[in-house]
Amino acid sequence: MGAYDVINSRAARVDASDKVRGRAVYVDDMKMPGMLFGAMLQSPLAHAEILDIDTTAARRLPGVKSVLTSKEAGLVKYGVSPARYDETIFCHDRVRHVGDNIAAVAAVDLDTALEAVSLIKVEYRELPAVFTVEEAMAEGAPVLHEAYPRNLTAEVHHEFGDVEAAFAQCDLIKTSSLVNKRQDAAFIEPPGCIASFDYSGCLTLYSSTQVPHYLQRVVAMVLGLPVGKVRVVKPYVGGGFGPKAGANHMDLAASLLSMKTGKPVKMNFDRKQVFMHGRARHQFFHTITTGVKKDGSIMALKHQCHLNGGAYSSFGIATVYYSGSLLGGPYKLPAMKYDGYRVYTNLPACGAQRGHGAVIARACWEQQLDMIAEELGIDPIELRLKNMMTVGDVTCNHLNMSSLGMKDCVEAVRDRSGWKEKKGNLPPGKGIGMSCGFFVSGAGYSIYRSETWHGTVIIKLSEDGGTALVYTASAEIGQGSDTTFAMIAAEAIGIPLEWVRLESGDTDFGLDLGAYSSRQTLMTGLATKEAGEAVKRQVLEVLSEELGIPVEDMDIKKGVIIFKRETPDITALRTRYIKEHRGWTDNPSPDEPLSFREASRIAFLSRGSIVGTGKYKPPVLGGDHKGATVGTSPAYGCSAQVVELSVDMGTGKINIEKITDAHDCGLAINRTSVEGQMIGSVSMGLGEALFEEVKFDDKGRVLNGDLAEYKIPRALDMPAVEPVIVESDEPNGPFGAKEVGEGAIMPAIPAILNAAYDAIGVRIFELPLKPERVYQAIKQYNQKLAKQGAEEMSSAKRDGNLCTKDAQAIDISSQKMNVKGK
Amino acid sequence: MKKLIRVTVNDVAHEVAVRPNQTLVDMIRYDLGLTGTKNGCGEGDCGACTVILDGTPVNSCLVLAMQADGRTITTIEGVESGEGLHPLQQAFIDKGAIQCGFCTPGMVLSAKSLLDENPAPSEEEIREGISGNLCRCTGYLQIIDAVKSVAK
Repeated sequence: MGAYDVINSRAARVDASDKVRGRAVYVDDMKMPGMLFGAMLQSPLAHAEILDIDTTAARRLPGVKSVLTSKEAGLVKYGVSPARYDETIFCHDRVRHVGDNIAAVAAVDLDTALEAVSLIKVEYRELPAVFTVEEAMAEGAPVLHEAYPRNLTAEVHHEFGDVEAAFAQCDLIKTSSLVNKRQDAAFIEPPGCIASFDYSGCLTLYSSTQVPHYLQRVVAMVLGLPVGKVRVVKPYVGGGFGPKAGANHMDLAASLLSMKTGKPVKMNFDRKQVFMHGRARHQFFHTITTGVKKDGSIMALKHQCHLNGGAYSSFGIATVYYSGSLLGGPYKLPAMKYDGYRVYTNLPACGAQRGHGAVIARACWEQQLDMIAEELGIDPIELRLKNMMTVGDVTCNHLNMSSLGMKDCVEAVRDRSGWKEKKGNLPPGKGIGMSCGFFVSGAGYSIYRSETWHGTVIIKLSEDGGTALVYTASAEIGQGSDTTFAMIAAEAIGIPLEWVRLESGDTDFGLDLGAYSSRQTLMTGLATKEAGEAVKRQVLEVLSEELGIPVEDMDIKKGVIIFKRETPDITALRTRYIKEHRGWTDNPSPDEPLSFREASRIAFLSRGSIVGTGKYKPPVLGGDHKGATVGTSPAYGCSAQVVELSVDMGTGKINIEKITDAHDCGLAINRTSVEGQMIGSVSMGLGEALFEEVKFDDKGRVLNGDLAEYKIPRALDMPAVEPVIVESDEPNGPFGAKEVGEGAIMPAIPAILNAAYDAIGVRIFELPLKPERVYQAIKQYNQKLAKQGAEEMSSAKRDGNLCTKDAQAIDISSQKMNVKGK
Repeated sequence: MKKLIRVTVNDVAHEVAVRPNQTLVDMIRYDLGLTGTKNGCGEGDCGACTVILDGTPVNSCLVLAMQADGRTITTIEGVESGEGLHPLQQAFIDKGAIQCGFCTPGMVLSAKSLLDENPAPSEEEIREGISGNLCRCTGYLQIIDAVKSVAK
């Protein structure tokens, strides 16, 4: 603290003034001369052969400018990972889920486009559909994609260390499961785009994307354009959380419609289409077995997971790897075995969402660690501290803990929540629980195999001096990255934040892999720092030439040139600057120190435009096993939470009362933004733990595709949250900084599960913890207690222990993989 | 088939030709060009399109433009006065109550309506007052803080 002039503070966001006035421009706020409006025809059936598509009537409708099907669009396959390209813009032979895309129309207005869509006639032959993992993997089940028998998109089999030998040494071996429900990211801005193809052959695509670079590549590849003729521009984006981290068929269809018509084309998803497009959190079925010694030392982990993936791969191949690999930390774990299966079903595709792949695995394991602690008679926090990795440790699957403030996080939430006084002393119906979390600070490898830089940044000093212009293709999606990079640039150059102007989200500014895997602060941050230092060096070099002072004897701080030894005579330089600014009212007065504004003007006069570039890519990381790349990162964020809650024993309704949340983000660039990410993560985790669930009917149609029936937390649902920022010094991050955006969600669900158990005395292994499920658990528990009581009374062995919480947890989840949103 | 209506929006009188099925949010955004009002769901669930209609906050996606004939509307663009930002807006900036910003205009208008009606709300009343406005980014606590800091 105090070592920095700009970062490690509480800065107002650079975009806040526009956003609070309603002046920030999102994609649907834009319009262009001659703009057309697009609409999509989507499948009403979950699985069907397409026999015929008749667009005649649609084409004849006045006002319709273009109608596209796979005939016009072609069949170039795309997706997220090149290893699993399995989508085309439009279906040609089959539809694989309700909402699958068949055709698109551009017309003079949206009403006409929608009417044209309704005039397209499609003849289907319905096929049997599979909606659950069990149905999809059953013998003789219909196969969605011929290349993937048994509907397995991807399977992973990893073993690190000798798992069986490690289990043989264990005193306690515990197995438990957890199943969640498909989540929706529920960003408030539905995805939208405007594509504009001009007569020089360039396509500009304005899109509410998290990943301008990947979108640019996919659009170029699918539409057969040179990458250099495709420019993706991301205006302000109304939240992403994962599902906006890939090209979607709407971006592609709008681009092609613009190419066909020569006009800009705007398209938007409505809210129901957001649900039909999916790409958010999968439904996971985890079964984990952990072996420990009597003293609580964790020895081995065996983990099996099935993912209900929906109709396309999307991020799924990465998801199924993340589910396994991120259990490698933060505890010392000598041996780990993982078998993961990602399965196609006739539902909208699942993809990545905050805490990608790792959230439910973490919840399953952290609940199990509490069960183990209870059986061993060890405090859950002590069990965790006993097994905690420390800086420099490497996990059995080769993840390197270059910084790890995990112990500080645990101790902070323990002490601030009053854990020691409360744990074990709360009345029935009240509970306290804790959990740890762990996440990457940026994926170690790009989504397509490449030696690419992960981020490049250009900083140009304004030619008249005094302002630094930062250009980055990174994606501000609400998390505050623009402000973070403006702060890093200001700190690196040595000027106030107000002297930095930043433009982002445009592929013309360079290459940045975008906003996913909590990567930008570390990766784009390092590139920004390097670019800032480069312009600073050039300014000082020119001063050195002008004043005859070695560069290392000068510095720039708070916008002023610092002379470390004696102060030279700057009169000649100042006179040159002032002469060029005759009539200006803000010229420096003679007694002022030499300013950055003057120095950067002098530098321009000497060298032309002062431009600094920065770049970052991670070093080679991880092991050499198949899939070793997923889970590697130059750094790891970690977190701990204590949840206090009460349960209405009559209705099963959980009321979260207080959450104490600590996160190690390395050095906090902007403390306000760090806390914002922490509390936002808590909110999303709380929603998933307590009520979020996308439901389908038996035809694969979304039942609750709106924000009334798909419930996300409201202001009334949020408990008090005490955020505690823990700052380790990350050697691989800019100024020691690392992630907070996703890691902070990891402990939320398991801490709630553990607190719920503390309150009601029974474990629940199925999410969400809606009142009905909790009430059933309490009822079964009471019945079991009553039965035990009766038996023990009859054998006259009652020993008075019945009122203690039951270590033999009752498994009340249905435990079958055909649990489809009920 | 369009009909001419008269509305006063942010103290400016407008005459707008609207379609019978056109929603108020559509008219505000696309006819008047006041794009600070956002459309998040089109079904009255998210509150991003909140505007103040004759003193009452409404989801403008659930109001037909024709129903606004002869009435007075405040959108986010009308919250700022000649003297600068409304104290609520400044508090949203200072307290870190803004992330993606898509819910912010609606949130500010709901909070403003609350404070206009009840200048000294309790925390529970603040939570009630903004409970029709969904925010997926912030977890609400900084928004509640911001409103609290302006309340009497």
